[in-house]
Amino acid sequence: MAAPTQKHTNPGRTLAILGLVVLVLGVWTFWPGQSRTPKLGLDLSGGTQVILTPTASQGGQQVSDDQLKQAVEIIRQRVDGFGVAESEVTTQGSGQNASIIVSIPGKTNSAILNSLATTAKLDMRPVLEEAVGGVAPVASPTPTPSGSASPSVSKTPAPAGSPKATASAASPKATASAASPSASGNGSVITGALQGTATSPSPSASPSASTPLSPSGSPSASPSPSATGTATGGVASNAGFPPIQSPTNGAALQAAYAALDCTKTGATKGGLADPTQFLVTCSKDGSLKYLLDKAAVRGTEIASASAGLSQTGGGWEVNLTFTSTGAQQFAAVTGQLAQNPSPQNQFGIVLDGLVESSPYVSQAILGGSAVITGSFTADEAKALANVLKYGSLPVSLEVSSVEQVSPTLGQDQLSAGLLAGALGLLLVVIYLIVYYRALGLVATASLLVAAAITYFVFVILSRQLGLALSLAGVAGAIVAIGITADSFIVYFERIRDEIREGRSLRAAGDAGWIRARRTILAADFVSFLAAVVLYFLSVGSVRGFAFTLGLTTIVDVAVAFLFTRPLVSILMRSPAFTSGKPWTGLSPDRLGVKPAVVEVHQPGHRDAGTDSKES
Amino acid sequence: MSRLGSLAHHLYSGEVSYDFVGKRRRWYAMSGIILLLALIGLFGRGLNLGIEFKGGSEFTIPNTTATVEEVRASVQKTGIQDPIVTQVGTSNIRVQTIALTPTQSVAVTMQLSKDTGVAQGDIAVTLVGPSWGAEITQRAVQGLVVFLVLVVVFLSAYFEWRLAVAAVVALIHDLVITIGIYALTGFEVTPATVIGVLTILGFSLYDTVVVFDKVKENTRAITSGNRVTYSEAANLALNQTLVRSINTSVVALLPVTAILVIGVGLLGAGTLKDLALALFIGTAAGTYSSIFIATPVACQLQERRPEMKALTARVAQRRAGGGDPKGRASRKPGSSGTATAVLDDVVTGVDETGNITPDDIAQPIAPTGPRTQPKKNQARSKRKRS
Repeated sequence: MAAPTQKHTNPGRTLAILGLVVLVLGVWTFWPGQSRTPKLGLDLSGGTQVILTPTASQGGQQVSDDQLKQAVEIIRQRVDGFGVAESEVTTQGSGQNASIIVSIPGKTNSAILNSLATTAKLDMRPVLEEAVGGVAPVASPTPTPSGSASPSVSKTPAPAGSPKATASAASPKATASAASPSASGNGSVITGALQGTATSPSPSASPSASTPLSPSGSPSASPSPSATGTATGGVASNAGFPPIQSPTNGAALQAAYAALDCTKTGATKGGLADPTQFLVTCSKDGSLKYLLDKAAVRGTEIASASAGLSQTGGGWEVNLTFTSTGAQQFAAVTGQLAQNPSPQNQFGIVLDGLVESSPYVSQAILGGSAVITGSFTADEAKALANVLKYGSLPVSLEVSSVEQVSPTLGQDQLSAGLLAGALGLLLVVIYLIVYYRALGLVATASLLVAAAITYFVFVILSRQLGLALSLAGVAGAIVAIGITADSFIVYFERIRDEIREGRSLRAAGDAGWIRARRTILAADFVSFLAAVVLYFLSVGSVRGFAFTLGLTTIVDVAVAFLFTRPLVSILMRSPAFTSGKPWTGLSPDRLGVKPAVVEVHQPGHRDAGTDSKES
Repeated sequence: MSRLGSLAHHLYSGEVSYDFVGKRRRWYAMSGIILLLALIGLFGRGLNLGIEFKGGSEFTIPNTTATVEEVRASVQKTGIQDPIVTQVGTSNIRVQTIALTPTQSVAVTMQLSKDTGVAQGDIAVTLVGPSWGAEITQRAVQGLVVFLVLVVVFLSAYFEWRLAVAAVVALIHDLVITIGIYALTGFEVTPATVIGVLTILGFSLYDTVVVFDKVKENTRAITSGNRVTYSEAANLALNQTLVRSINTSVVALLPVTAILVIGVGLLGAGTLKDLALALFIGTAAGTYSSIFIATPVACQLQERRPEMKALTARVAQRRAGGGDPKGRASRKPGSSGTATAVLDDVVTGVDETGNITPDDIAQPIAPTGPRTQPKKNQARSKRKRS
C-alpha cells in the first residue's frame, strides 16, 4: 500500500460527494410545504385494510388482467362513493395469485366494509313469496310504511306527469317520515323516471298504478329491524343456508322456503346464485326471507345508478338507468309485476345471493330509467346506488382478510416501534464503541448517515409513489441496524486481521477494505435477493418489511463505500490514529500483536517478518 | 478487552484454535438431535397457527377494565359460540372467534362497544377467510423455493456449488430448528412470524457468506501445495472469523432484542413480538449453523473431490515422511512447515490490490514469528482423518 491514493479516489472527495447527495436528499425531504414524514400505513395511523381474492365467475377459469382491472375500478368507485379521503385500491400479483387490497384510512366505517364484502353478482328477480326471517311466515300485512309510499311517484319531476304530480306534492314528506327504517330498503317503491323519455306513457301510468296499490302495498309489512330478534323458534332441520336454488318452483323449494330461518348465524352469508334458477334466500339483515323467481334483469344491464336528494323535497332516492336491453326487460317485468297483488308486485334486488332491497312496482316502467324512493338515509341511498351500479363484478370476490386498527392502537404501535428502534440503535452503538473504540464512533456515524439517508429516501418515495410505512416496515428498519452494523464489523475485523499480519495501520485500512468489500457485497447481495423475492412473492405486511429491508441493504452498501471507507482512510492517515493509542481500537497491543513485532513492521509496506521460512 | 483482543489474535494466528471441522460428527449429532426434536414437535404437536392461517376473527379491545368473563358474555350475546377471550398486556382483551362475515363482525364490535364502553372505532378487528391462510402459506413456500434456487445459483457463481449446497443445508437447518421451536413451545405463528422466518434466510446466509469468504481466501490455490488439507484451511478460516461471527451476531441480535422487549413489554403481543421472536431464534440458530454446520458440510463435500483427496494424501505423506512429525506439539517458531505457516503464506501472498500473484504462491513471504506457531488441533484432526 505504498501509494493507495493513486489507486483509490481521493477519500475527501468521496465524502464530499456523499455529503452533497445527502444534502440534496435532505433539502428535497424538508422542502417547505410538503410532508416531512413518511406516509404511515394503516396499522400505524389507524384504518382498515381489506384483502379481496378474486375468482373467475365461471369456475376453473383464470382471472384475466382486464377483469381484475375492471373489478378494481368498480371497488374503487364503490369506496370513493362513500367519500373517504385517501382510500386506496390496489392489486398485487396476477392470475391465480391476484389479490385486491383496499385501504381505508381513519375510523372504520362499517357501511364500506359491508359494501366491499358483498361484491358479487346483482340480479333483479320478481318476488314470489316474502315473509319475516323466521320460519313462521307472517302474512299479516301491517302496512306501516307502504301506505304512504305510493305517492312518491310524484317525486319524478316528470314534465308529462305534472297534473298528478302536483296533486300529490304534499305526500312525499309522509313517505320519508313514515317509511320503514329497515336497512334493506323495504317499503321503497320503484317508479319510472320520466325525464325526457318520450316513450314512457307517464301521465297515466304513474298515478293510476300507485293509487290502487297503496292500501295493499304492504310489502315491507311488519318487519322492522326488530323482526330479527323476535322471529326465532326456527325449525331444527334447517335445510341449509341460502342461497337455496332449484330449477323449478316445486314442493321441495317451497319446503326449503318454509324451513328457512334467516335469523340463524350464517344464514346471511350469501353466495353466488344462478340467475336461471329459482331462489330462496334472506334479506341482507336477516329480517325477511324470500322466494324469488328467475332473474328478470341482470345487474349488468344497469347502465348507471346514483343517489340524490329528491327534487321535490322528499329526501334521498336512487336513480337508475338501464341499457337498451335492460330497459326492455325492465319494462316487461314491471308491467307484469304491477298487475300483481303484494308481495308479488315487488322485485328483489339480489346481490351475492341475498336480497338488498325489494321495492314494489306500481306501474310498468318504460323508458329505461327509474327511481327508487323510500325512507333512505343518505348513506343507505348511496349504498344502494353503489350496489346497483357496481354490483355486477366480472369476478366474484372473497374477503380474505380484514384488518382494522384504531388510530389509538396505531399510535401505540408507532411509538413502540420507534422506541424499539432507538433502544436497538443505542445498544448497538454502545457495543460498537466498547469493542471498537474510535472505530466504533466511525460505525456510529455511519449508522446515523445510513439512518438519515433511509429516512430521506422513505419520505421522498412516500411522496412520489405513495409508499406507506407499516409496522413491519419499521421492524425491518430496526433489524437493518444490525445488518448494516455487520458490514462495518466485517471491515473493522479485516483491518485488524491486516494489522495482525503486521501491516501498518494505513496499509491495513486499505488492504482490509479490498477484502472486506467483496464480503460485504456478496453478503448484502444475498440479503437484497431475499428482500426482492419476498417483495414480489408476498402480500400485505410482508411486502412492507421486504421493501424496507431491500432499501436499507442498498443504503448499507452506499454508506460503507462512500462514507465508512473514506472516513477510515482519512483517519488511518491521521497522526492520532497512527500513534496506536488504545482508544483507536487498533493499537497492536490491544489486538494481541506483540509490540516487538509491530515495531519491526511499523514502516509499512510488504512488511512481513524476516524469520526463516519453513524448511 | 485487551484479553479479548488477544484471544482474537491467537485465533487469527492459529495459536488458539478449535477444531470445528474435525469434530463435525459431534455437531452433526447435536444438530441431528435438535432437528429430530424439531420434527417430532412439528409433526407431533403441530404449529399453533394464528387466525391468519386458520381463518377466523379477532377483536382487540384496548384500555378496558372489563373482565375476560364479561367480554365473553358480551360476545355470546351476539350468537357467536365459543369465543376465545384472553387478556393481552395489561389492559387489552383479545377475542378470537370462528371466521365471521363483515356484517357479523360489525354486530360484535357494536355489542362489545356497548358492554365495555370502549368506542367502536377503537376496537381493532381482524377477519381472515379460511382459504387466505393457505394462500399466504403457499406464497411463503413459493418465495422460499425461488429464493433458495437463486441463492444456489448466486453462491455457485461466487464460490462454487459445493459451498452453495453447504450454505443451503445450513439454512434449511436453521429454518427447521426455528419452526420446530415454535411447534414445541406452542408460540403462535402469525404472518409476522413468517416475515421473521423469511428474514432468517437473509441473515443466516449473511453469516455463512462471511465465513465462506474467508474459507475461499484460505483455500485459494491450495491444491498446488502439500502442506495443508482443505479441512484444515477451512477450520483456520472459521477460527479467524470467529470473533467476527460473534460480533455480527451480537450486533444483529441487539436490535432484535430491543424489539422483543418493547414488543412484549409495551404492546403485549402483535407484529413486533412475533417478528422479533422468530428473528431471535433464527439468528441464534444461524450463527450456530454457519460455524458448526455450513463449513463442516462444505469441507466434507470438498474432500470428496479427487484433487482434494490427492492433496490430503500428499499432506499425510509429507507429514509422515519429511517435516517434523512432532511439529504439532512444537510451539517454537520456525519449526518445520505447518498448516498455519502455509496458510499465512497464502494470506500474505496477496498484493496490495488484493490479487494473488503467482509469484506470491511460488515464493511465499515468510510469516512473522507468532504466525508460525504450529497448529496442534489441525494436526490432530488430520491424523484422525487419515
